[in-house]
Amino acid sequence: MIDLLLAPLAYPFVGRALLAVTMVATVCALVGTFAVLRGMSYIGTALAHSLVPGIAVGYLLGGADRNRLFWWAAATALLASLGMATLVHRSRVGEDAAVGVVYAGMFALGIAIISTTRNFAVDLLHFLFGNLLSVTSADLVRVGAVSLIVVVVVLLLYKELVLVTFDRVFADSLRLRSTALTYLQYLLIALAIVVALQTIGIALVVTLMVAPAAAALQITRRFHHTVLVAAGVGVVSGVVGLYLSYYFSVASGAAVALVCVAIFLAVAAISRLLARAPRGEPAAEGGVE
Amino acid sequence: MKDRSGGREPVHVAGAITLELNGVRAYYAGRCALDGVSFRLESGERTAVVGPNGAGKSTLFKVIAGIHRPASGSVKVSGSRSDRHVCIAYIEQNASLNWRFPATVEDVVTMGRTARVGYGRFLRRRDRAIVAEAMERVAITDLRQRQIGELSGGQRRRMFISRALAQEAEIMLLDEPYAGLDAEAGAQLTATLDAVGEDIAVMVSTHNLAVAHHLGQVMLLNRRVIAVGPPGQVLVAEHLAAAYGDTPGPNAADEAVPEREVPIAAPT
Repeated sequence: MIDLLLAPLAYPFVGRALLAVTMVATVCALVGTFAVLRGMSYIGTALAHSLVPGIAVGYLLGGADRNRLFWWAAATALLASLGMATLVHRSRVGEDAAVGVVYAGMFALGIAIISTTRNFAVDLLHFLFGNLLSVTSADLVRVGAVSLIVVVVVLLLYKELVLVTFDRVFADSLRLRSTALTYLQYLLIALAIVVALQTIGIALVVTLMVAPAAAALQITRRFHHTVLVAAGVGVVSGVVGLYLSYYFSVASGAAVALVCVAIFLAVAAISRLLARAPRGEPAAEGGVE
Repeated sequence: MKDRSGGREPVHVAGAITLELNGVRAYYAGRCALDGVSFRLESGERTAVVGPNGAGKSTLFKVIAGIHRPASGSVKVSGSRSDRHVCIAYIEQNASLNWRFPATVEDVVTMGRTARVGYGRFLRRRDRAIVAEAMERVAITDLRQRQIGELSGGQRRRMFISRALAQEAEIMLLDEPYAGLDAEAGAQLTATLDAVGEDIAVMVSTHNLAVAHHLGQVMLLNRRVIAVGPPGQVLVAEHLAAAYGDTPGPNAADEAVPEREVPIAAPT
């Protein structure tokens, strides 16, 4: 058993993959907990797909250089998150419709650009589904730097972000810059997607944002516990998924996502069973509602 | 309503405060909800705002709290615009919150410190002490570790009053806090409000005349102020007819009306 765990570590690329997936899972869990509680999971999917045209343009202008494509993706993420936040904030058609239109439009634009070049289809698969085992040292540095930015920003504005997620009206009454904080949440989701782009891919990144948070929410009662448990679920999913990918030659992004979903389903089933068990809790006093 | 005094930082007024509304007109969903409302409230005063549904009670509170911008007129706290103050606590009617949010009572009360602590800063020992005292004053210390979804309606109201105390609110606006409460929980809420401190100005919107009598001052509102003053002078047939017309009068819309004499016992 130990040999099965240690054998892959003989290869440097596995060590890099483990480090990358740990950072990605932590950042996705951190940002994902806010996103799930604000009902922004769909926005994560939309933002992820909105990066496709940026990556496609980057490819057309600079070729398959990963470093350049990363920055193209980051710039697109920045613009797409601010654009989407503005549209949601000012649109009168409703959040889901506004996001749906941008999502479809941006993804279609990306596909249209890709269709103009024959070679890009294969490279695009790399971004759509990720490949943990191809992470380079340079990738690690980029992922680490962006992850650090996300974690520091969340830590510094933790209480404000939690408050605006829980009670926007109260945040407004406290003169917090609720709209700016909401824009920031979009931006943090976009950065988490950029971080996860190469490891788990555009199509599956939302799994790593939503499933760990959703699992953690079922068994935790305080926000920081939810974040910690979600990060734990994400990291475990990443590591187990990586090993499954290594031993069974499954696409790494898909393996991680599947483990993540499996953990969510297991937690959901167990918490449901526990909820059915009789409890000696007395009824809450006073008041009806 | 441009602020010409400059400065964008929130204002905190220590000591006595005065809330002044002058000719406030405000719209809600395209409809004129407040029309020329003028009113004055001093530290320690308690006022019940009574009026039919759609009279503009919630809009009035949102305007005072600086959440809703009036079309004309001014709202000032001790001389400066109310929307720059962090000492106004607005406790929403039927707050549409996610009650499964992973937060305990103590977490929510602690949120009241957010503006006082400031961006990029962490809670200090003094903030923790203020939070503990705020919970103690409304007798919810024993609920501090309880997840908010496990609270009853009355406990939720008390939690928000505690959060307002942690905020060091000097003006507390409670939008229909008695709605949906049974008599016992209503009495407990009244006792809690009595215990919040004599230096805090409190406005409570309600359909419940027992509450209005208990607070000692009433504003009868239906888009404009019909009358303000002691209940005995305001809640007379002429004023009530002007406020309510043919619609059901106060009390009629309330499901859980406490007894006429509201207990003032300390909360348990």
